[in-house]
Amino acid sequence: MKHLLTTQGLSKDDAILLLDTSAQMAATQSRENKKLPTLRGRTVVNLFYEDSTRTRISFETAAKRLSADVINFSAKGSSVSKGESLKDTALTLHAMGADAVVVRHSASGAAHQLAHAGWLDAGVLNAGDGMHQHPTQALLDAFTIRRHLVGNVGTGVPGSRQSTDTSAGADLSGLRIAIVGDVLHSRVARSNVYLLRTLGAEVTLVAPPTLVPVGVETWPCRVSYHLDETLEQWQPDAVMMLRVQRERMSGGSGSFFPSPMEYSRKFGFDARRLAVLPDHSIVMHPGPMNRGLEISAAAADHPRSVIVEQVANGVAVRMAALYLLLAGTDETGTEKTGTEKTSTDERNTL
Amino acid sequence: MNPGSRMPESSALPSQASTAPSTDPGVAAERTVLGEADIARALTRIAHEIVERNKGAADLLLLGIPTRGVQLAHRLAERLTQIEPAFDGEYGTLDVTMYRDDLRRQPTRAVGQTVLPGSLDGTIDDKVVVLVDDVLFSGRTIRAALDALNDLGRPRVVQLAALVDRGHRELPIRADYVGKNLPTSRSERVRVRLADVDGGTDSVVISGVAP
Repeated sequence: MKHLLTTQGLSKDDAILLLDTSAQMAATQSRENKKLPTLRGRTVVNLFYEDSTRTRISFETAAKRLSADVINFSAKGSSVSKGESLKDTALTLHAMGADAVVVRHSASGAAHQLAHAGWLDAGVLNAGDGMHQHPTQALLDAFTIRRHLVGNVGTGVPGSRQSTDTSAGADLSGLRIAIVGDVLHSRVARSNVYLLRTLGAEVTLVAPPTLVPVGVETWPCRVSYHLDETLEQWQPDAVMMLRVQRERMSGGSGSFFPSPMEYSRKFGFDARRLAVLPDHSIVMHPGPMNRGLEISAAAADHPRSVIVEQVANGVAVRMAALYLLLAGTDETGTEKTGTEKTSTDERNTL
Repeated sequence: MNPGSRMPESSALPSQASTAPSTDPGVAAERTVLGEADIARALTRIAHEIVERNKGAADLLLLGIPTRGVQLAHRLAERLTQIEPAFDGEYGTLDVTMYRDDLRRQPTRAVGQTVLPGSLDGTIDDKVVVLVDDVLFSGRTIRAALDALNDLGRPRVVQLAALVDRGHRELPIRADYVGKNLPTSRSERVRVRLADVDGGTDSVVISGVAP
C-alpha cells in the first residue's frame, strides 16, 4: 500500500491487515507510555482544506504516537486564501520533504489527484474528499464493529495464552449493518458500504428518497425508505447514524425534507427504536452529532452506544494506516509480504 | 549478508558432499543439527539454569519473541512449573516489530501481539524478565526487544535465553542461557522448526548456501 485513497477496491487481505494492525496499535495505547519510536524522523503533513476537529486531531495524535513529525496546514490563514492552487501547495510540501500527506478537501477526487498527478512522492491518506470517500472513518467503524460483535472485546484484559483480541484475522461475514440518514452527502456512507461489503457484512441504507443518491443501485447494498420497518424486520447488528449535513444542503433544510421535526420523527434514532433491536446490537455515529435531529440524547448516551469508543479507535486505525504506508521500503512497491513467518526467517538471515 | 566478508569460512561451512540429504547439486544442502530430543533436553537444561541463576522463580516473567520464541517460552514455562511448584506457569509475548532498526530497508512487516500475563496488571516493574528467542544472530532483534521492554516498564533484571546462538553479533549483546552454540557462516541459514508452529517434528536445520 502506497496510498490510502478509497475503500472501493481495497482487497479483503489488506483490509484485514489494517484491522489487525489497528488492534495491536490499540493495545499499545492502554500503556502508561503510549509513544512508539516506529516513524521517528518521518514527516506527516495534515493538509486540511475543510474544517475538521476529530479527524485532524486523530491523525495528529496517531502520527505523534508513532514519533513522526507533524505539520498542520489548514487552508484558513495560509497561502491558499491568497489563491494558491492544490498543485503549488503540493510542490511546496514535496520541497519540504513530506513523507505522508493527510488531505481533506471539499472536491471529490482531490486526494486521488494529489497521489497520482506526480506532484509529490509522499504517501497520500484521504481524510475525506467532497462527497466521495473517507476510508479511515470506515476502517475505524469496521474495527469497532469487529471488536464488539466478533471479538467480544471490551477493553481487552490481557491473558497469558496470547488471545487478547479474539477477533484477529476475522472478517464481518454474516453481520447486518444499517446505515441511516443523509446518504446523499455522506462520504462516510460510501466508504462504509464498500468496506463492510468487502469484509462480508450485509449493508442496508435507510434514508428518505431525497437523500439517496442517483446511481445507488450500483452499490453493493440494499436501500430502504423506512427506518422502523428495517429495524423490526431486518434486525441489524449495528446501526450507524449519519449526520444531516446541512452545510451541504444549499437551499436550507427545506429542500430535502419538510422540517427537522418530521425528519427526526421518521429517521431519528431514539430509545424507542433502540429497544426494537437485538440485545447485542450497537449504535454508532461518525460525529459530530446533531442531538435531537438524527439521534436523541438518550440513544447517544446509552450503554450500547459506542460513539466515544469510535473516536478512541480512530487513533489506533490511523496509526495502523500510517505504519503500513510509511514503515516499509520506498522503492520495492510495498506488497503485503510482512507475514509473521517471513519476518522471523528474515530475522535469522539478516 | 556479505559473502565477500573476511570470515574464515573454510572450517565453518559444512561440506556439501558429506551432509547433504539431497544429491541434486542445484538444491542447497540441508543439515539437521538438533533433533526433537536434543531440543527438549536443551530446554530442560535452560529451565534448570534459570532457576539456579535466579535462586528460584520469584518475580520471574518469561517473554517470548514471536513467532517461535513464544512457543519456546511456553515450553520453558511448563518445565519451570515442574521444577518450581511456586511458579505460576504464565508467560507473555513481546512483539518487537515497531522497534526494529531496519523497518525502512524491508517491505512492510505485519505487527505482532504483545501480551503480558493477566496477573501482572499491565506492568513489568521490578520483574526478572527472561527474553526467549529461537536464534540469536546479529543481536538487533534483542536490541529492539530491550527498547520495547523499556516502554512497558522497568524490570529489575533482563536475561536472554536463545535456543541457538549462531554467532556473528553486530551489537554488544550476549545470551545468558543458550541451547546450543552453532558455528555458522554468514551465508548459511539457520531455521528452527517447531511442531506447534511449523508442523512436522521439532528440529534445527542449517541450509548451506554455497558460496
